[in-house]
Amino acid sequence: MTQAHPELAERFNLDEERVNWHDETLWFVRQKRDKAAHTLPEWEDLRETASQIKHNVLGNLDTYLAEFEANALANGVQVHWAADAAEHNRIVLDILRENKVDRMVKSKSMLTEECHLNDYLGEQGIDVIDSDLGERIVQLAGETPSHIVLPCIHWKKEEIGVLFHKYMGTDEGCADPQILTGAARLHLRDTFLTRRVALTGVNFAIAETGEFVVCTNEGNADMGVHLADVHIASMGIEKIIPRREHLGVFLRLLARSATGQPITTYSSHFRQPRAGQTMHLILVDNGRTVQLGREDFRNSLKCIRCGACMNTCPVYRRSGGHSYHSAISGPIGSILAPNLDMKKHADLPFASTLCGSCTNVCPVKIDIHQQLYKWRQVLMQEGEATTAKTVSMQAMNTVLSNHGLYAVSGRIGRTLMRWFPGLVNNKLNPWYKHRNMPEAPKESFGDWYAKNRK
Amino acid sequence: MTTRDKILQAVRQNKPESTPLPDLADLARRAHDHFSDDVVHRFGSTLSGIGGQVVPVTSWAEIETYVQQYFTVGKHRIITTLPQLAGVASTVWKSDIVDESVVVVDALGALLPHTLADVELAIITAHFGVAENGSVWVTEPLLGSIQNKPLRAVPFIPQHLAVVLSAEDLVPTMHDAYKRIGSENYTFGVFIAGPSKTADIEQSLVLGAHGPKTMTVFLLD
Ligand code: SF4
Repeated sequence: MTQAHPELAERFNLDEERVNWHDETLWFVRQKRDKAAHTLPEWEDLRETASQIKHNVLGNLDTYLAEFEANALANGVQVHWAADAAEHNRIVLDILRENKVDRMVKSKSMLTEECHLNDYLGEQGIDVIDSDLGERIVQLAGETPSHIVLPCIHWKKEEIGVLFHKYMGTDEGCADPQILTGAARLHLRDTFLTRRVALTGVNFAIAETGEFVVCTNEGNADMGVHLADVHIASMGIEKIIPRREHLGVFLRLLARSATGQPITTYSSHFRQPRAGQTMHLILVDNGRTVQLGREDFRNSLKCIRCGACMNTCPVYRRSGGHSYHSAISGPIGSILAPNLDMKKHADLPFASTLCGSCTNVCPVKIDIHQQLYKWRQVLMQEGEATTAKTVSMQAMNTVLSNHGLYAVSGRIGRTLMRWFPGLVNNKLNPWYKHRNMPEAPKESFGDWYAKNRK
Repeated sequence: MTTRDKILQAVRQNKPESTPLPDLADLARRAHDHFSDDVVHRFGSTLSGIGGQVVPVTSWAEIETYVQQYFTVGKHRIITTLPQLAGVASTVWKSDIVDESVVVVDALGALLPHTLADVELAIITAHFGVAENGSVWVTEPLLGSIQNKPLRAVPFIPQHLAVVLSAEDLVPTMHDAYKRIGSENYTFGVFIAGPSKTADIEQSLVLGAHGPKTMTVFLLD
């Protein structure tokens, strides 16, 4: 644990203005999610239904996988299985070699981040261009995404301007999002038109029909695959849902939870390859079957990668995605990562105040904060947690303390809600004890808030 | 043992006991009831909320007039799958290619979708629209073809997209949408909700990320 969450969070916190901006921006996204959820009176029912569908999937995953495979094969899709990241990456490389290409365009896939596909292909002399704008930005900067839905949320437009000036020839000093996006549009259009192989992630795969669904706002997945001879789709085995009608439930939840949009701009359903096109689908385990066997943590496999738990998390908002040193950051990443490597990620379950806000917003009702708490217990038993626990307290100090939290300002009501959506005091929440909590206001919150608001 | 069998065996060993699938009927009915009043208005306001627009029309001629007014007909390439709009757009896409000798043909003899890269506006139709989210459902046969080879790139590659939809073809929710799709064996289908967009740079919304910069739905009554 050389670069654990605390150190990385501390580094992120060196730039106070940026941290405040990061915090406020993500809270704004969280509020958009709330607004979208409130337009649906059946929202809670929808979450419960989604959770139950996913639970049924966990209990029948082998059957659904076999059914999905049979249907996909019948549809003319080539199906591959990968036990781990290395096997997945090798399969991709083999397909590229078979097609005699050394360049590929890729749309957003957190699974390929998890597998470090870009690094691997780079070493093999394959040029990969990420086509999601946010991912392209972090790729040009030599970084990885800091958020699963908003990959470059930690970047300021002026910095992106410098990057684009260097790589895309935009005017020096130009930091206008409209102009920068326009430059990326031109640059990537050329990429789409010249790549013969395109890789996408998968949001949902339907056992009943053998089709899979890819959701984007930019249209980059579609631009890539419809102009390529070969479509490779990579998915974790937990992405299966039983029936097509279940998409009605998940597509209603996904974008509303992620960004507050009623649906992503494009929800593309791929059932058969286009005439003349080859379609490969790679089913990846990489630790998922192990997590399935962990009774306390298997619910984490229900995740649909909406990012809501990150946007609401006070620690995430003030420490940044990279402080989690794992492809998937934030609360859900802190549950998934220790499954892959307990030692390396022992600090992550402590990067939380256990306030439970993540659990409240999760569209598939994963008991995120309870799982974080349970990981702490497991890690203590395994002897991995002592340092993690100690350093986590330092981290929390850095993350949540040095920004006028106790100052009485017009912002305090808002800030308090943002930083403490709810807080748990128990022995596995060392941070709580360690801090001097502001005294509970004597008047009701509403009065207090009204009085303190200027 | 193959990787496939190993994974399936591990799943069998580690999976929890099966629980029943929930019944969607009640949820779907409640959602339907909530979203079924004035679907036309709801569809329009939702679509404009996500950067698209609805133009109510009563005839094909009205659509042609609109296209003439807002797009550079004759100057830029406009294509359509709808013969009713032949007055403002080309329905024979192949002949749009100026120099036939430079047309790229793939192994199966199909013209590559790349020849659509210069399209300014594509006008297509959709099966239906969804009021709760402003999307339209489109499948491969609606996207046109060159030499009988379907072109999935059509709604993504042009600078602007327009969709002609009958006002009768609106459903309230996504549950209704999938009921309507049923077990249809489409090869490729897509819900399109507004223009291509991104907010990746400091969360400022920019329309026209990689796909169309605008999306107009002509709602034909
Ligand atoms: S755990 Fe829940 S809230 Fe977090 S990304 Fe996954 S689905 Fe979204």
